[in-house]
Amino acid sequence: MKKKATIRKAAPYIMVMPAVIFLIIFTFIPILYLFVLSFFKYNLISDMQFIGMDNYKNLFFVEAGFWVAARNTVIYTVSLVIFLTLFSLLLAVALEKSSLLNAFAQRLMFLPHLCATLTVAMIFQWLMNEEGMFNAVLGLFKLPGLRWLNSSDTALFSIIIIACWKDIGYYTIIMLSSLKAIPAEINEAAQLDNAGFLRRFFRITLPMVSPQLFFLLITITMGAFKVFDMVRILTEGGPGNSTDSIVYWIYKKAFTGTLNLGLASAASVVLMGVMMLMTVIYFNTINKKVHYQ
Amino acid sequence: MEKQSLSKYHSFSYGARRGAGRLLSVLGRLFLCLIFGFPFYWMVITSLKTKAESIQWPPTMWPRILSLDGYKTVMTAMDLTKYFKNSLFIIFWVIVIQLLVMIPAAYAFAKYEFRGKKIMFALVMMAYMTPTVVTFIPVYIMFAKIQPFGINLLNTLWPQILPFGANAFGIFLLRQSFMQIPEEVIESARMDNAGEISIMAHIMVPMSKATIVTVLLFSFINHWNAYFWPLVMCRTDEVKPLILAVADIKNVEEGIVWPTMMAGNTLVMLPIIILFVFASQKIIASMAYRGVK
Repeated sequence: MKKKATIRKAAPYIMVMPAVIFLIIFTFIPILYLFVLSFFKYNLISDMQFIGMDNYKNLFFVEAGFWVAARNTVIYTVSLVIFLTLFSLLLAVALEKSSLLNAFAQRLMFLPHLCATLTVAMIFQWLMNEEGMFNAVLGLFKLPGLRWLNSSDTALFSIIIIACWKDIGYYTIIMLSSLKAIPAEINEAAQLDNAGFLRRFFRITLPMVSPQLFFLLITITMGAFKVFDMVRILTEGGPGNSTDSIVYWIYKKAFTGTLNLGLASAASVVLMGVMMLMTVIYFNTINKKVHYQ
Repeated sequence: MEKQSLSKYHSFSYGARRGAGRLLSVLGRLFLCLIFGFPFYWMVITSLKTKAESIQWPPTMWPRILSLDGYKTVMTAMDLTKYFKNSLFIIFWVIVIQLLVMIPAAYAFAKYEFRGKKIMFALVMMAYMTPTVVTFIPVYIMFAKIQPFGINLLNTLWPQILPFGANAFGIFLLRQSFMQIPEEVIESARMDNAGEISIMAHIMVPMSKATIVTVLLFSFINHWNAYFWPLVMCRTDEVKPLILAVADIKNVEEGIVWPTMMAGNTLVMLPIIILFVFASQKIIASMAYRGVK
């Protein structure tokens, strides 16, 4: 009996152990190692060389490219947050009624989210080609064609459009299921009181879906901040460095040219810090305004 | 939620306006379907054109000559089977390891009280919040430098598998599901001298089948589409997954041949389409659930 009791006590630890081991090896040791690396000069081949804060100094004062990448990433993130939250809410309200057409539209909008970024990127590369479909459509309206991904004026904007196209369906579905969770009685009562559509939208709908809006805000911000695939596939940061992103900049420093792993690690540490800071700020400011049922 | 008819709305002009409004809203929805459907249509149509027709101006909406050249080039110019096998190997082992790690961990977190539980669960949540774009440098160095039995791990597929062994999101989701299973069911099984493993296999897992399927579905889609991590870990052609091979299609021929590129992407998207046709309701429901919770 006693033996069984000991086994019982040890059981949860044995069960959790594999997960904890995996997390320690592939998440927590790497994070610590990342901090260490950021104080060293290292290129995988020669020995590690301690250089103190030099990587950070370079990052902040020498590497102008990093700040261009950071600026692009912020523009990209802010655009995605504004566009995706606004339009997912509007589209959800527009597609709320159950009808065959609405159900079909929802499915179709959702499909790009399941699709590989590579596929979406390549389709749009083709559509946005200077002799592609988009310019053909512009030509129908007698408008001059754009250079889309090939011009530093429009490349970032083009990537933003593609990213929105890919994910708007997913966020619309989330807003839809949130709208459906609003008890019908509340809206009926408001209608009896002669509250108009706009009034109901701002006084009932918006507060009731605020937890999901908050979820959207966090998910979109964190996702957009990590943008890499689209940039690497479509423009490799160019033309010039007009579409360079933080992660792509880190990737280039770490794996191309002189393999400056220390500098790349310092940038990763900064990236991680900023992302943590944003999460904390979001939870401490906006989350207080969210209405939880 | 459409107007509960109030008498003042019964005038003729309102009826006409309503008719026009309805037409507009149907047109709006059809336009929405066009925006999200057309790029996929264009991918498939382009993949069936000849090279000459694909770059014809203005573009043809339906191929005048149906051609399978794109598919033929993809199949012959590269060893598609090898890359496909690599992708399947990766996904198979990711899923097997995740299941073996996730189920016991979620069970312990859901049904046991033990010292350190809170800390360990906090570790899981922290890992969930840590993006791979932050850990890729140290993990890459680990795989490059640690060579068990003299095997260079970067020449194997394991760097693309092992880091995903503990699926933090899956553990979290499955724990929620296990927590809903009543304590009495487990206690009565223990009375019958059932071991913990058999409780997991015969009670917990069957009763949480839906959640497990959801988690596996996410894993499958994520790893099938994954671009960033394979790109970092893939240093030889032997360990290339399908998505990276398709990304390299543009180098197979001289200049970009759109039918070939679109053919490759159509092939990559095929499993996703099949999944979606058979399970779109379920996929959408579980994705929405992820956002609402």
